[in-house]
Amino acid sequence: MARAVTQQRKIINTTAAWGIGLLIFFPILWTVLTSFKTEATAIADPPVFLAFDWTLENYSAVMERSNYARFLWNSIIIAGGSTILGIIVAVPAAWSMAFVPSKRTKDILLWMLSTKMLPAVGVLYPIYLICIKLGILDSRGALVVILMLMNLPIIVWMLYTYFKEIPGEILEAARMDGATLKEEILYVLTPMAIPGIASTLLLNFILAWNEAFWTLNLTAANAAPLTAFIASYSSPEGLFFAKLSAASTMAIAPILILGWFSQKQLVSGLTFGAVK
Amino acid sequence: MSFKQALCAATAMTLVTASGALAENLVIATVNNGDMIRMQGLTQDFTDKTGHTVEWVTLEENVLRQRVTTDIAAKGGSFDIMTIGMYETPIWGANGWLVSLDDLSADYDADDILPAMRAGLSHDGTLYAAPFYGESSMIMYRTDLMEQAGLEMPEAPTWQFIREAAAAMTDRDNDINGICLRGKAGWGEGGAFITVTANSFGARWFDEDWNAQFDQPEWADALNFFVGMMEESGPAGYATNGFNENLSLFQQGKCGMWIDATVAASFVTNPDDSTVADKVGFALAPNSEGVDKKANWLWAWALAVPAGTQKEAAAKEFIEWATSKDYIELVAENEGWANVPPGARTSLYENPNYQAVPFAQKTLDSILAADPNNPTVKPVPYVGVQFVAIPEFAGIATEVSQEFSAVYAGQQTVDEALAKAQALTNDAMEAAGYR
Repeated sequence: MARAVTQQRKIINTTAAWGIGLLIFFPILWTVLTSFKTEATAIADPPVFLAFDWTLENYSAVMERSNYARFLWNSIIIAGGSTILGIIVAVPAAWSMAFVPSKRTKDILLWMLSTKMLPAVGVLYPIYLICIKLGILDSRGALVVILMLMNLPIIVWMLYTYFKEIPGEILEAARMDGATLKEEILYVLTPMAIPGIASTLLLNFILAWNEAFWTLNLTAANAAPLTAFIASYSSPEGLFFAKLSAASTMAIAPILILGWFSQKQLVSGLTFGAVK
Repeated sequence: MSFKQALCAATAMTLVTASGALAENLVIATVNNGDMIRMQGLTQDFTDKTGHTVEWVTLEENVLRQRVTTDIAAKGGSFDIMTIGMYETPIWGANGWLVSLDDLSADYDADDILPAMRAGLSHDGTLYAAPFYGESSMIMYRTDLMEQAGLEMPEAPTWQFIREAAAAMTDRDNDINGICLRGKAGWGEGGAFITVTANSFGARWFDEDWNAQFDQPEWADALNFFVGMMEESGPAGYATNGFNENLSLFQQGKCGMWIDATVAASFVTNPDDSTVADKVGFALAPNSEGVDKKANWLWAWALAVPAGTQKEAAAKEFIEWATSKDYIELVAENEGWANVPPGARTSLYENPNYQAVPFAQKTLDSILAADPNNPTVKPVPYVGVQFVAIPEFAGIATEVSQEFSAVYAGQQTVDEALAKAQALTNDAMEAAGYR
């Protein structure tokens, strides 16, 4: 039954939504503001919100000290590579579980998810040794594969959910018309699941972009992405908050812009199938 | 092309190839602090002199520690030089993970390294890491507030004087805390501070048979004193304050005294960052009345070469450059004497230019007052002042410091925390086979 929403309720809901949104966004806003302060202003008590002498000196210091472009390029390759590879592996897996389920499909899905419950540090040393043996320590290729494996359960789960929404009869019709398995997945299933695949791509790109444990532990001078760039400005003995904020802003800016432009797809993909 | 021209070209190509073969690219893992960043800015001088190039991997201290430990234990070979501390060096040296630095050139003058630093960075008399800079801890205090309180800071005060002065300087209405000290959990944060405080009350971590000593009265005295003083005169929420939090408070004029790393002296006297830069005095870390040990630690960030590196010769060249007397001169020339890396070389403290720096002598005196081989009143089976140089210590001390921080936060009593510390330390030492 449709429920009448009063004007007063609308105002309350909108205000609450904006309030919560601003609360969540505030740390990012504060980081950006701090990046334009001097180190002394950054630690001022009471904190200064907008009335300070804005400066670009932190950005200039960060650019002078670090090769930002190299960190950025590594982030793009690692996050992009692991996401695309993950989709290539996950689409057939999700297809088989959605359309040709066995009695163990649910168990397999739960098992895949349970691998996310293992603390990453538990397998750090074995993976480190494997990378040494294969000669791929501090390489982008190693991180592409590892981050793909780390995010694979989420990708499979998301795609499985989207695929379940697609009527199996359509695929059956394609088969009756003589479509091969490859054609069925590529030309029938994929176009119908594009919103779901797009949101899965975006979400996993963001997850891979922000991943800090493996990217810090398996890189040195060659493959270090923006997470290592941020870590290089943190210090327990010395106040470098303004420079750290500038580095953080530079690291999150690309993904923030990407998220801003693709928010419609992201939201529609994430809420796909939530309301029937 | 004539034969002569061809010969010249061949010779030139040979020289270029040869120099290319000799020049190495070194990957150096280091921490993010003022001195290390300064060194990164001056690296071109090293490249100009040797032809070797350098790539820096700069990480936050705790991340770096985890990263280099994994790499060296697994023989990953990711780094040609590692920045490590006084805690890791003797342990890693004993494991055969580091290259000996006893064969550095005569020009380097290894005998000029401060004896305390050399001892802390050696194992069985072999130097395994060259100190880039060293530090102890000392009292930094507001001269104006001390004067207002009608007190005069002695050269070497006792804890009892410090408590009295802190109470006199405290002015809650004006947001001034008499004393700011570390309470944050972590073996290198509050754990380090409470350990040296306990040393200065006559306590020790272990007896000669590796039995934990938290059940002894000296620990209870130290912890009760610390908590009592901080409740009277410390800042609110000191249980979560570490170096940076206290530095921030002191620079904003909210602390009468701060006892912490000697490197902080250059921060609090820098007028660009500190509102009290011209009102800071220095004194040696305190001891409890009648106890002949002061509450000051000894630490160094040092450069070491992991065993198995293919670039050992070039790595040693870098270490000689970065920890040399010439490097100190280079920094002084570019950044001023107050910014040279302190605490590593005796000759620095004999230099009249450096003697003019207000905190130079107190830093040296503090370093000399710490003895890693004899850190406590009673005998101990370990080396280290604010730490115990065994691999298990970092884990144990982190847990112990968490128990102590819970006391500072009012979540448990001193007796409860000491009992838990005693039990968990003995359990861990038994599991590790010490007992």
